[in-house]
Amino acid sequence: MIPIDLIETTAETLMDKAAIEIPQDYLDGLKAAARTEDGDLSSFVLKAMLENYEAAKEDRRAMCGDTGVPRWFVKLGNEARIEGGFVALEAALRRATATATTGVPLRPNRVHPLWRTDHNNNVGIGAPEIEYGFEPEGAWIDLITVHKGGLFGTDYRMLFPSDGIEGIKRFYLDSLVAFGKRGLACQPAIIGIGLGGSKDTCMVLGKRASVLRTVGSRNSDPKIAAMEDEFKELGNSIGMGAMGFVGKNMVIDCNIEVGYCHTGGMQMSVHAFCLSSRRAVARLFPDGRVEHRTDPDWFTPYQRRETIEWNPQREAAE
Amino acid sequence: MKIREVTLSTTPTAEAVADLRLGDIVYLDGLIYTAREGVYMRALEDKANIPMELPSESAANFHCSPAAVIREDGSFDLGAVTATASFRFAKWLPEWMAKTGARLIIGKGGMSSKDYKEYFVPNGAVYLSTVGYGTGALLGRGVETVEAVHWHEELGIAQAMWVMRARRMGPFIVASNLEGECLFERENVKIAENLERVYEGTKPAVLKRYGETDDRSDEVIG
Repeated sequence: MIPIDLIETTAETLMDKAAIEIPQDYLDGLKAAARTEDGDLSSFVLKAMLENYEAAKEDRRAMCGDTGVPRWFVKLGNEARIEGGFVALEAALRRATATATTGVPLRPNRVHPLWRTDHNNNVGIGAPEIEYGFEPEGAWIDLITVHKGGLFGTDYRMLFPSDGIEGIKRFYLDSLVAFGKRGLACQPAIIGIGLGGSKDTCMVLGKRASVLRTVGSRNSDPKIAAMEDEFKELGNSIGMGAMGFVGKNMVIDCNIEVGYCHTGGMQMSVHAFCLSSRRAVARLFPDGRVEHRTDPDWFTPYQRRETIEWNPQREAAE
Repeated sequence: MKIREVTLSTTPTAEAVADLRLGDIVYLDGLIYTAREGVYMRALEDKANIPMELPSESAANFHCSPAAVIREDGSFDLGAVTATASFRFAKWLPEWMAKTGARLIIGKGGMSSKDYKEYFVPNGAVYLSTVGYGTGALLGRGVETVEAVHWHEELGIAQAMWVMRARRMGPFIVASNLEGECLFERENVKIAENLERVYEGTKPAVLKRYGETDDRSDEVIG
Protein backbone atom coordinates (compact mmCIF):
# COMPACT_ATOMS: atom_id res chain seq x y z
CA MET A 1 0.00 0.00 0.00
CA ILE A 2 1.43 3.41 -0.98
CA PRO A 3 0.72 5.99 1.76
CA ILE A 4 -1.42 8.89 0.50
CA ASP A 5 0.55 11.50 2.45
CA LEU A 6 3.71 10.37 0.69
CA ILE A 7 1.96 10.81 -2.65
CA GLU A 8 0.93 14.37 -1.80
CA THR A 9 4.31 15.54 -0.44
CA THR A 10 6.16 13.88 -3.34
CA ALA A 11 3.78 15.52 -5.81
CA GLU A 12 4.53 18.95 -4.27
CA THR A 13 8.27 18.29 -4.61
CA LEU A 14 7.76 17.25 -8.23
CA MET A 15 5.86 20.46 -9.04
CA ASP A 16 8.74 22.45 -7.59
CA LYS A 17 11.47 20.48 -9.39
CA ALA A 18 9.64 20.56 -12.73
CA ALA A 19 9.19 24.33 -12.57
CA ILE A 20 12.76 25.12 -11.49
CA GLU A 21 15.20 22.45 -12.75
CA ILE A 22 15.64 21.96 -16.49
CA PRO A 23 16.00 18.21 -17.19
CA GLN A 24 19.62 17.22 -17.93
CA ASP A 25 18.81 15.57 -21.30
CA TYR A 26 17.21 18.75 -22.63
CA LEU A 27 20.00 20.90 -21.15
CA ASP A 28 22.66 18.76 -22.86
CA GLY A 29 20.71 19.01 -26.13
CA LEU A 30 20.46 22.78 -25.87
CA LYS A 31 24.14 23.15 -25.03
CA ALA A 32 25.00 21.09 -28.12
CA ALA A 33 22.71 23.35 -30.16
CA ALA A 34 24.35 26.47 -28.72
CA ARG A 35 27.75 25.21 -29.84
CA THR A 36 26.62 24.83 -33.47
CA GLU A 37 24.51 28.00 -33.65
CA ASP A 38 26.04 30.79 -35.72
CA GLY A 39 23.08 33.14 -36.20
CA ASP A 40 24.06 36.17 -34.09
CA LEU A 41 20.62 36.82 -32.59
CA SER A 42 19.68 33.16 -32.12
CA SER A 43 23.09 32.54 -30.50
CA PHE A 44 22.40 35.36 -28.07
CA VAL A 45 19.00 33.84 -27.25
CA LEU A 46 20.44 30.39 -26.51
CA LYS A 47 23.13 31.90 -24.32
CA ALA A 48 20.50 33.85 -22.38
CA MET A 49 18.43 30.69 -21.92
CA LEU A 50 21.43 28.80 -20.51
CA GLU A 51 21.98 31.66 -18.04
CA ASN A 52 18.28 31.55 -17.21
CA TYR A 53 18.38 27.87 -16.18
CA GLU A 54 21.27 28.69 -13.82
CA ALA A 55 19.44 31.69 -12.36
CA ALA A 56 16.33 29.55 -11.76
CA LYS A 57 18.29 26.93 -9.85
CA GLU A 58 20.32 29.47 -7.86
CA ASP A 59 17.27 31.48 -6.82
CA ARG A 60 14.91 28.48 -6.62
CA ARG A 61 12.48 30.42 -8.80
CA ALA A 62 10.52 29.09 -11.78
CA MET A 63 12.55 29.07 -15.02
CA CYS A 64 9.58 30.45 -16.96
CA GLY A 65 6.90 32.87 -15.79
CA ASP A 66 4.34 31.06 -17.92
CA THR A 67 3.62 27.90 -15.99
CA GLY A 68 1.89 26.37 -18.97
CA VAL A 69 -0.77 23.88 -17.98
CA PRO A 70 0.52 21.56 -15.25
CA ARG A 71 -0.65 17.99 -15.71
CA TRP A 72 -0.05 14.55 -14.29
CA PHE A 73 0.74 11.15 -15.72
CA VAL A 74 0.43 8.29 -13.28
CA LYS A 75 1.81 4.88 -14.03
CA LEU A 76 1.14 1.90 -11.83
CA GLY A 77 2.73 -1.49 -11.55
CA ASN A 78 0.07 -4.18 -11.70
CA GLU A 79 0.33 -4.92 -7.97
CA ALA A 80 0.28 -1.29 -6.79
CA ARG A 81 -2.31 -0.33 -4.18
CA ILE A 82 -2.97 3.22 -3.04
CA GLU A 83 -4.14 4.20 0.42
CA GLY A 84 -7.65 5.57 -0.08
CA GLY A 85 -7.80 4.40 -3.70
CA PHE A 86 -7.89 6.49 -6.86
CA VAL A 87 -10.23 9.16 -5.56
CA ALA A 88 -7.73 9.89 -2.78
CA LEU A 89 -4.90 9.89 -5.33
CA GLU A 90 -6.64 12.43 -7.54
CA ALA A 91 -7.46 14.66 -4.57
CA ALA A 92 -3.79 14.51 -3.46
CA LEU A 93 -2.58 15.53 -6.94
CA ARG A 94 -5.07 18.38 -7.11
CA ARG A 95 -4.06 19.60 -3.65
CA ALA A 96 -0.35 19.39 -4.52
CA THR A 97 -0.96 21.40 -7.72
CA ALA A 98 -2.76 24.12 -5.77
CA THR A 99 -0.20 24.16 -2.95
CA ALA A 100 2.74 24.44 -5.36
CA THR A 101 1.04 27.25 -7.28
CA THR A 102 1.28 29.52 -4.25
CA GLY A 103 4.41 27.87 -2.84
CA VAL A 104 6.89 28.10 -5.77
CA PRO A 105 5.09 30.41 -6.86
CA LEU A 106 3.66 29.44 -10.26
CA ARG A 107 1.40 31.50 -12.44
CA PRO A 108 -2.25 30.50 -11.92
CA ASN A 109 -2.91 29.92 -15.60
CA ARG A 110 -6.04 27.81 -15.48
CA VAL A 111 -9.29 29.66 -16.11
CA HIS A 112 -12.80 28.75 -17.25
CA PRO A 113 -12.86 28.89 -21.09
CA LEU A 114 -15.95 31.09 -21.22
CA TRP A 115 -16.27 32.91 -17.91
CA ARG A 116 -12.50 33.26 -17.39
CA THR A 117 -12.97 32.38 -13.71
CA ASP A 118 -9.54 31.93 -12.10
CA HIS A 119 -9.26 29.96 -8.87
CA ASN A 120 -5.66 31.24 -8.62
CA ASN A 121 -4.40 27.70 -8.03
CA ASN A 122 -4.26 25.93 -11.43
CA VAL A 123 -7.15 23.68 -10.41
CA GLY A 124 -10.59 23.66 -12.00
CA ILE A 125 -12.84 21.64 -14.28
CA GLY A 126 -10.60 18.99 -15.88
CA ALA A 127 -7.50 20.71 -14.49
CA PRO A 128 -4.94 19.39 -13.86
CA GLU A 129 -5.34 16.52 -16.30
CA ILE A 130 -4.50 13.14 -14.78
CA GLU A 131 -3.74 10.29 -17.19
CA TYR A 132 -2.94 6.69 -16.36
CA GLY A 133 -0.79 3.86 -17.63
CA PHE A 134 0.03 0.40 -16.32
CA GLU A 135 2.93 -2.03 -16.33
CA PRO A 136 2.72 -5.79 -15.92
CA GLU A 137 4.83 -6.04 -12.77
CA GLY A 138 5.56 -4.07 -9.62
CA ALA A 139 3.87 -2.56 -6.58
CA TRP A 140 5.24 0.95 -7.28
CA ILE A 141 3.60 4.00 -8.76
CA ASP A 142 5.31 6.59 -10.95
CA LEU A 143 4.18 10.18 -10.59
CA ILE A 144 5.10 12.34 -13.58
CA THR A 145 4.32 16.02 -13.82
CA VAL A 146 4.70 17.98 -17.02
CA HIS A 147 4.33 21.75 -17.35
CA LYS A 148 3.89 22.28 -21.06
CA GLY A 149 3.03 25.58 -22.70
CA GLY A 150 -0.49 25.65 -23.92
CA LEU A 151 -1.01 27.92 -26.93
CA PHE A 152 1.34 27.43 -29.87
CA GLY A 153 3.30 24.72 -31.67
CA THR A 154 0.63 22.03 -31.77
CA ASP A 155 -1.47 21.01 -34.75
CA TYR A 156 -3.44 18.07 -36.10
CA ARG A 157 -4.25 16.96 -39.61
CA MET A 158 -6.08 14.02 -41.11
CA LEU A 159 -3.76 12.68 -43.77
CA PHE A 160 -4.41 9.63 -45.94
CA PRO A 161 -2.22 6.76 -47.11
CA SER A 162 -1.87 8.47 -50.50
CA ASP A 163 -0.27 11.49 -48.77
CA GLY A 164 2.67 9.24 -47.97
CA ILE A 165 5.92 10.29 -46.37
CA GLU A 166 6.00 13.40 -48.60
CA GLY A 167 2.72 14.53 -47.06
CA ILE A 168 3.97 13.81 -43.55
CA LYS A 169 7.06 15.91 -44.22
CA ARG A 170 4.96 18.74 -45.63
CA PHE A 171 2.71 18.93 -42.56
CA TYR A 172 5.73 18.68 -40.27
CA LEU A 173 7.43 21.61 -42.02
CA ASP A 174 4.19 23.59 -42.17
CA SER A 175 3.76 23.22 -38.40
CA LEU A 176 7.36 24.14 -37.59
CA VAL A 177 7.42 27.19 -39.86
CA ALA A 178 3.95 28.45 -38.89
CA PHE A 179 4.60 28.31 -35.16
CA GLY A 180 8.33 28.93 -35.44
CA LYS A 181 7.82 32.39 -36.92
CA ARG A 182 8.46 34.98 -34.22
CA GLY A 183 9.34 32.07 -31.97
CA LEU A 184 5.75 31.40 -30.91
CA ALA A 185 6.59 27.72 -30.34
CA CYS A 186 9.41 28.77 -27.95
CA GLN A 187 11.86 26.70 -30.00
CA PRO A 188 14.28 24.97 -30.15
CA ALA A 189 11.92 22.34 -28.84
CA ILE A 190 11.44 18.63 -28.42
CA ILE A 191 9.09 17.93 -31.31
CA GLY A 192 6.64 15.09 -30.77
CA ILE A 193 4.82 13.54 -33.70
CA GLY A 194 1.79 11.29 -33.33
CA LEU A 195 0.88 9.08 -36.28
CA GLY A 196 -2.31 7.03 -36.45
CA GLY A 197 -4.79 6.20 -33.73
CA SER A 198 -7.89 8.33 -34.13
CA LYS A 199 -8.11 12.11 -33.93
CA ASP A 200 -7.99 12.27 -30.12
CA THR A 201 -5.50 9.44 -29.57
CA CYS A 202 -3.26 10.84 -32.32
CA MET A 203 -3.03 14.07 -30.32
CA VAL A 204 -2.31 12.09 -27.16
CA LEU A 205 0.42 10.04 -28.88
CA GLY A 206 2.14 13.14 -30.24
CA LYS A 207 1.93 15.01 -26.96
CA ARG A 208 3.34 12.05 -25.07
CA ALA A 209 6.09 11.69 -27.69
CA SER A 210 7.16 15.27 -26.93
CA VAL A 211 6.78 15.30 -23.13
CA LEU A 212 7.28 11.69 -22.00
CA ARG A 213 10.37 10.82 -24.05
CA THR A 214 13.81 12.28 -23.48
CA VAL A 215 16.27 13.91 -25.87
CA GLY A 216 18.37 11.15 -27.45
CA SER A 217 15.79 8.39 -26.98
CA ARG A 218 14.74 6.48 -30.10
CA ASN A 219 11.64 4.54 -31.06
CA SER A 220 12.09 0.77 -30.74
CA ASP A 221 11.11 0.33 -34.40
CA PRO A 222 14.40 0.92 -36.28
CA LYS A 223 12.63 2.40 -39.31
CA ILE A 224 10.76 4.91 -37.12
CA ALA A 225 14.03 5.63 -35.29
CA ALA A 226 15.60 6.47 -38.67
CA MET A 227 12.66 8.79 -39.42
CA GLU A 228 13.25 10.54 -36.09
CA ASP A 229 16.86 11.25 -37.09
CA GLU A 230 15.80 12.41 -40.54
CA PHE A 231 13.05 14.67 -39.21
CA LYS A 232 15.35 16.25 -36.65
CA GLU A 233 17.77 17.13 -39.43
CA LEU A 234 14.97 18.33 -41.71
CA GLY A 235 13.64 20.67 -39.01
CA ASN A 236 17.10 22.06 -38.38
CA SER A 237 17.68 22.70 -42.09
CA ILE A 238 14.83 25.24 -42.32
CA GLY A 239 17.25 28.05 -41.51
CA MET A 240 15.19 29.18 -38.55
CA GLY A 241 16.40 29.24 -34.97
CA ALA A 242 15.32 30.47 -31.56
CA MET A 243 12.62 33.18 -31.61
CA GLY A 244 12.26 32.72 -35.37
CA PHE A 245 15.59 34.42 -36.02
CA VAL A 246 17.90 33.13 -38.72
CA GLY A 247 19.58 30.07 -37.26
CA LYS A 248 20.25 26.36 -37.37
CA ASN A 249 18.35 25.01 -34.39
CA MET A 250 14.59 24.47 -34.33
CA VAL A 251 14.53 20.90 -33.10
CA ILE A 252 16.46 19.61 -30.09
CA ASP A 253 15.05 16.19 -30.87
CA CYS A 254 12.17 14.64 -32.77
CA ASN A 255 10.21 11.78 -31.20
CA ILE A 256 7.62 9.81 -33.13
CA GLU A 257 4.97 7.52 -31.66
CA VAL A 258 2.44 5.49 -33.62
CA GLY A 259 -0.87 3.75 -33.02
CA TYR A 260 -2.96 1.55 -35.28
CA CYS A 261 -5.50 3.62 -37.21
CA HIS A 262 -8.45 3.30 -39.60
CA THR A 263 -7.37 1.53 -42.80
CA GLY A 264 -8.26 4.59 -44.89
CA GLY A 265 -6.46 7.22 -42.79
CA MET A 266 -3.08 8.39 -41.53
CA GLN A 267 -3.74 10.86 -38.71
CA MET A 268 -0.86 13.15 -37.80
CA SER A 269 -0.21 15.53 -34.93
CA VAL A 270 2.78 17.74 -34.16
CA HIS A 271 3.67 19.07 -30.69
CA ALA A 272 6.47 21.30 -29.43
CA PHE A 273 7.85 20.93 -25.91
CA CYS A 274 9.52 24.28 -25.43
CA LEU A 275 12.73 25.92 -24.20
CA SER A 276 11.35 25.31 -20.71
CA SER A 277 10.72 21.58 -21.16
CA ARG A 278 9.48 20.99 -17.64
CA ARG A 279 9.06 17.44 -16.42
CA ALA A 280 9.82 15.64 -13.19
CA VAL A 281 9.31 12.04 -12.20
CA ALA A 282 9.33 10.00 -9.00
CA ARG A 283 8.76 6.32 -8.29
CA LEU A 284 7.06 5.60 -4.97
CA PHE A 285 7.31 2.18 -3.31
CA PRO A 286 5.06 0.64 -0.64
CA ASP A 287 7.92 0.76 1.91
CA GLY A 288 8.03 4.55 1.61
CA ARG A 289 11.07 4.81 -0.68
CA VAL A 290 10.97 7.60 -3.28
CA GLU A 291 13.32 7.66 -6.29
CA HIS A 292 13.46 10.89 -8.27
CA ARG A 293 14.39 11.04 -11.96
CA THR A 294 13.62 13.09 -15.08
CA ASP A 295 13.04 10.30 -17.63
CA PRO A 296 9.37 9.26 -17.53
CA ASP A 297 10.28 5.97 -19.27
CA TRP A 298 6.67 5.83 -20.42
CA PHE A 299 7.02 4.05 -23.75
CA THR A 300 7.99 0.60 -22.54
CA PRO A 301 7.55 -2.55 -24.65
CA TYR A 302 4.24 -3.04 -22.82
CA GLN A 303 2.95 0.39 -23.90
CA ARG A 304 3.88 -0.35 -27.51
CA ARG A 305 2.59 -3.94 -27.53
CA GLU A 306 0.96 -5.20 -30.73
CA THR A 307 -0.41 -8.57 -29.67
CA ILE A 308 -3.63 -9.61 -27.96
CA GLU A 309 -1.95 -11.15 -24.93
CA TRP A 310 1.08 -9.72 -23.17
CA ASN A 311 3.85 -12.24 -23.68
CA PRO A 312 7.18 -10.70 -22.77
CA GLN A 313 9.22 -13.84 -23.53
CA ARG A 314 8.05 -13.93 -27.12
CA GLU A 315 8.48 -10.18 -27.58
CA ALA A 316 12.02 -10.39 -26.21
CA ALA A 317 12.89 -13.28 -28.53
CA GLU A 318 11.83 -11.36 -31.62
CA MET B 1 26.87 42.13 -36.69
CA LYS B 2 27.95 43.15 -33.21
CA ILE B 3 25.06 43.16 -30.73
CA ARG B 4 24.66 46.49 -28.94
CA GLU B 5 23.53 46.74 -25.33
CA VAL B 6 21.43 49.68 -24.10
CA THR B 7 20.09 50.70 -20.69
CA LEU B 8 16.76 52.46 -20.96
CA SER B 9 14.37 54.21 -18.60
CA THR B 10 10.73 53.05 -18.54
CA THR B 11 9.86 56.74 -19.04
CA PRO B 12 12.25 57.20 -21.95
CA THR B 13 12.90 60.46 -23.76
CA ALA B 14 11.87 60.70 -27.41
CA GLU B 15 15.56 60.82 -28.30
CA ALA B 16 16.34 57.62 -26.40
CA VAL B 17 13.55 55.79 -28.22
CA ALA B 18 14.64 57.17 -31.59
CA ASP B 19 18.17 55.95 -30.95
CA LEU B 20 17.11 52.28 -30.63
CA ARG B 21 18.06 49.95 -33.47
CA LEU B 22 16.51 46.62 -34.46
CA GLY B 23 18.28 43.83 -32.60
CA ASP B 24 19.66 46.01 -29.77
CA ILE B 25 19.59 44.34 -26.37
CA VAL B 26 17.82 46.48 -23.76
CA TYR B 27 17.84 46.51 -19.96
CA LEU B 28 15.13 48.56 -18.22
CA ASP B 29 15.15 50.80 -15.13
CA GLY B 30 12.00 52.23 -13.54
CA LEU B 31 8.35 51.34 -13.09
CA ILE B 32 6.84 48.84 -15.49
CA TYR B 33 3.22 47.69 -15.47
CA THR B 34 1.48 44.62 -16.85
CA ALA B 35 -1.62 45.06 -18.98
CA ARG B 36 -3.14 42.44 -21.26
CA GLU B 37 -6.69 41.56 -22.39
CA GLY B 38 -8.22 41.79 -18.89
CA VAL B 39 -6.84 45.27 -18.19
CA TYR B 40 -7.57 46.51 -21.72
CA MET B 41 -11.18 45.37 -21.55
CA ARG B 42 -11.70 46.85 -18.10
CA ALA B 43 -10.07 50.18 -18.91
CA LEU B 44 -11.25 50.65 -22.49
CA GLU B 45 -14.55 48.79 -22.75
CA ASP B 46 -15.84 49.09 -19.18
CA LYS B 47 -14.28 52.58 -18.89
CA ALA B 48 -12.82 51.95 -15.43
CA ASN B 49 -10.36 54.58 -14.19
CA ILE B 50 -6.77 53.47 -14.68
CA PRO B 51 -5.26 53.35 -11.17
CA MET B 52 -1.91 54.90 -12.19
CA GLU B 53 -0.63 58.19 -13.54
CA LEU B 54 0.34 57.27 -17.08
CA PRO B 55 2.70 57.95 -18.73
CA SER B 56 4.42 60.04 -16.04
CA GLU B 57 4.87 57.03 -13.72
CA SER B 58 5.56 54.55 -16.49
CA ALA B 59 5.44 54.39 -20.28
CA ALA B 60 6.28 50.68 -20.34
CA ASN B 61 3.39 48.24 -20.87
CA PHE B 62 4.41 44.62 -20.36
CA HIS B 63 2.23 41.88 -21.93
CA CYS B 64 2.76 39.53 -19.07
CA SER B 65 1.41 37.87 -16.00
CA PRO B 66 4.06 37.04 -13.45
CA ALA B 67 4.35 33.76 -11.56
CA ALA B 68 3.48 35.44 -8.28
CA VAL B 69 1.27 35.24 -5.26
CA ILE B 70 -0.41 37.81 -3.03
CA ARG B 71 0.19 36.72 0.56
CA GLU B 72 -2.51 36.95 3.21
CA ASP B 73 -0.83 40.02 4.74
CA GLY B 74 -1.09 41.76 1.37
CA SER B 75 2.59 41.47 0.48
CA PHE B 76 3.80 39.85 -2.72
CA ASP B 77 6.01 36.92 -3.64
CA LEU B 78 7.15 37.26 -7.23
CA GLY B 79 9.14 34.48 -8.91
CA ALA B 80 9.49 34.25 -12.66
CA VAL B 81 8.30 36.78 -15.25
CA THR B 82 7.56 35.78 -18.84
CA ALA B 83 5.76 37.60 -21.63
CA THR B 84 2.70 36.46 -23.52
CA ALA B 85 2.14 36.78 -27.30
CA SER B 86 1.24 40.37 -28.17
CA PHE B 87 -0.43 40.07 -31.58
CA ARG B 88 -3.67 39.11 -29.84
CA PHE B 89 -3.93 42.56 -28.28
CA ALA B 90 -3.80 44.58 -31.52
CA LYS B 91 -7.49 45.45 -31.30
CA TRP B 92 -6.98 47.41 -28.05
CA LEU B 93 -3.48 48.81 -28.43
CA PRO B 94 -4.16 51.93 -30.56
CA GLU B 95 -6.69 53.26 -28.02
CA TRP B 96 -4.53 52.16 -25.07
CA MET B 97 -1.48 53.99 -26.42
CA ALA B 98 -3.44 57.13 -27.15
CA LYS B 99 -4.86 57.06 -23.63
CA THR B 100 -1.73 56.15 -21.68
CA GLY B 101 1.16 57.46 -23.75
CA ALA B 102 2.89 54.07 -23.62
CA ARG B 103 6.18 54.23 -25.53
CA LEU B 104 7.55 50.78 -24.81
CA ILE B 105 5.30 47.82 -25.56
CA ILE B 106 6.98 44.72 -24.22
CA GLY B 107 5.91 41.17 -24.96
CA LYS B 108 6.39 38.06 -27.02
CA GLY B 109 6.53 37.81 -30.81
CA GLY B 110 6.00 41.44 -31.71
CA MET B 111 3.34 42.93 -33.96
CA SER B 112 3.23 43.40 -37.74
CA SER B 113 5.03 46.28 -39.46
CA LYS B 114 1.54 47.49 -40.39
CA ASP B 115 0.75 47.86 -36.68
CA TYR B 116 4.04 49.63 -36.09
CA LYS B 117 3.51 52.11 -38.93
CA GLU B 118 -0.15 52.77 -38.13
CA TYR B 119 -0.01 53.49 -34.41
CA PHE B 120 3.38 52.77 -32.85
CA VAL B 121 5.32 55.32 -34.90
CA PRO B 122 2.72 58.14 -34.56
CA ASN B 123 2.83 57.59 -30.77
CA GLY B 124 6.63 57.56 -30.70
CA ALA B 125 6.56 53.96 -29.45
CA VAL B 126 8.63 50.87 -30.13
CA TYR B 127 8.25 47.17 -29.36
CA LEU B 128 10.63 45.28 -27.10
CA SER B 129 10.54 41.50 -27.20
CA THR B 130 11.50 39.28 -24.30
CA VAL B 131 14.21 36.74 -25.06
CA GLY B 132 13.83 32.99 -25.42
CA TYR B 133 11.04 32.82 -24.87
CA GLY B 134 11.17 32.25 -21.27
CA THR B 135 14.08 33.95 -19.55
CA GLY B 136 11.57 34.09 -16.70
CA ALA B 137 14.10 33.68 -13.91
CA LEU B 138 16.43 36.39 -15.28
CA LEU B 139 13.55 38.84 -15.69
CA GLY B 140 12.29 37.97 -12.20
CA ARG B 141 15.71 38.91 -10.83
CA GLY B 142 15.34 42.32 -12.48
CA VAL B 143 12.25 43.13 -10.42
CA GLU B 144 13.39 45.03 -7.34
CA THR B 145 9.95 45.29 -5.74
CA VAL B 146 6.29 44.90 -6.57
CA GLU B 147 4.84 48.36 -5.92
CA ALA B 148 1.16 47.46 -6.32
CA VAL B 149 -1.29 45.01 -7.84
CA HIS B 150 -4.45 46.60 -9.19
CA TRP B 151 -7.73 44.88 -10.09
CA HIS B 152 -6.66 41.42 -8.92
CA GLU B 153 -10.02 40.88 -7.28
CA GLU B 154 -11.88 41.74 -10.46
CA LEU B 155 -9.52 40.06 -12.93
CA GLY B 156 -7.58 37.38 -11.02
CA ILE B 157 -3.84 37.26 -10.43
CA ALA B 158 -2.92 36.40 -14.03
CA GLN B 159 -4.86 39.30 -15.59
CA ALA B 160 -4.30 41.87 -12.84
CA MET B 161 -2.26 45.05 -13.36
CA TRP B 162 1.08 44.39 -11.66
CA VAL B 163 3.26 47.45 -11.05
CA MET B 164 6.91 46.44 -10.69
CA ARG B 165 10.07 48.43 -10.07
CA ALA B 166 12.63 47.25 -12.61
CA ARG B 167 16.33 47.45 -11.94
CA ARG B 168 18.41 46.53 -14.94
CA MET B 169 15.61 44.19 -15.93
CA GLY B 170 16.34 42.25 -19.08
CA PRO B 171 17.39 41.16 -21.56
CA PHE B 172 14.88 42.50 -24.09
CA ILE B 173 15.39 42.79 -27.86
CA VAL B 174 14.35 45.85 -29.87
CA ALA B 175 11.86 44.43 -32.39
CA SER B 176 10.59 47.65 -34.00
CA ASN B 177 11.95 51.13 -34.61
CA LEU B 178 10.56 54.58 -35.33
CA GLU B 179 10.62 53.85 -39.05
CA GLY B 180 8.06 51.13 -38.31
CA GLU B 181 10.40 48.35 -39.36
CA CYS B 182 9.89 44.90 -37.85
CA LEU B 183 12.81 42.69 -36.74
CA PHE B 184 10.82 39.46 -37.09
CA GLU B 185 9.67 40.29 -40.61
CA ARG B 186 13.27 41.11 -41.57
CA GLU B 187 14.31 37.66 -40.33
CA ASN B 188 11.34 35.94 -42.00
CA VAL B 189 12.30 37.42 -45.38
CA LYS B 190 15.79 35.93 -45.04
CA ILE B 191 14.43 32.55 -43.94
CA ALA B 192 11.85 32.44 -46.76
CA GLU B 193 14.67 32.41 -49.32
CA ASN B 194 15.59 28.91 -48.13
CA LEU B 195 12.09 27.46 -47.83
CA GLU B 196 11.68 26.33 -51.44
CA ARG B 197 14.70 24.08 -51.05
CA VAL B 198 13.56 22.68 -47.68
CA TYR B 199 10.10 21.88 -49.04
CA GLU B 200 11.53 20.04 -52.05
CA GLY B 201 10.22 16.46 -52.17
CA THR B 202 7.18 17.19 -50.02
CA LYS B 203 3.65 17.50 -51.37
CA PRO B 204 0.49 19.26 -50.26
CA ALA B 205 -2.15 17.23 -48.40
CA VAL B 206 -4.68 15.34 -50.50
CA LEU B 207 -7.52 16.96 -48.53
CA LYS B 208 -7.15 20.73 -48.36
CA ARG B 209 -8.27 22.90 -45.50
CA TYR B 210 -10.82 25.50 -46.41
CA GLY B 211 -9.22 28.94 -46.43
CA GLU B 212 -5.67 27.58 -46.22
CA THR B 213 -2.93 29.71 -47.69
CA ASP B 214 -0.06 28.49 -49.82
CA ASP B 215 1.88 31.73 -49.42
CA ARG B 216 4.91 30.83 -47.33
CA SER B 217 5.84 34.45 -46.74
CA ASP B 218 2.50 34.82 -44.94
CA GLU B 219 3.08 36.34 -41.50
CA VAL B 220 0.28 34.10 -40.12
CA ILE B 221 -0.69 36.69 -37.51
CA GLY B 222 -2.90 39.70 -38.24
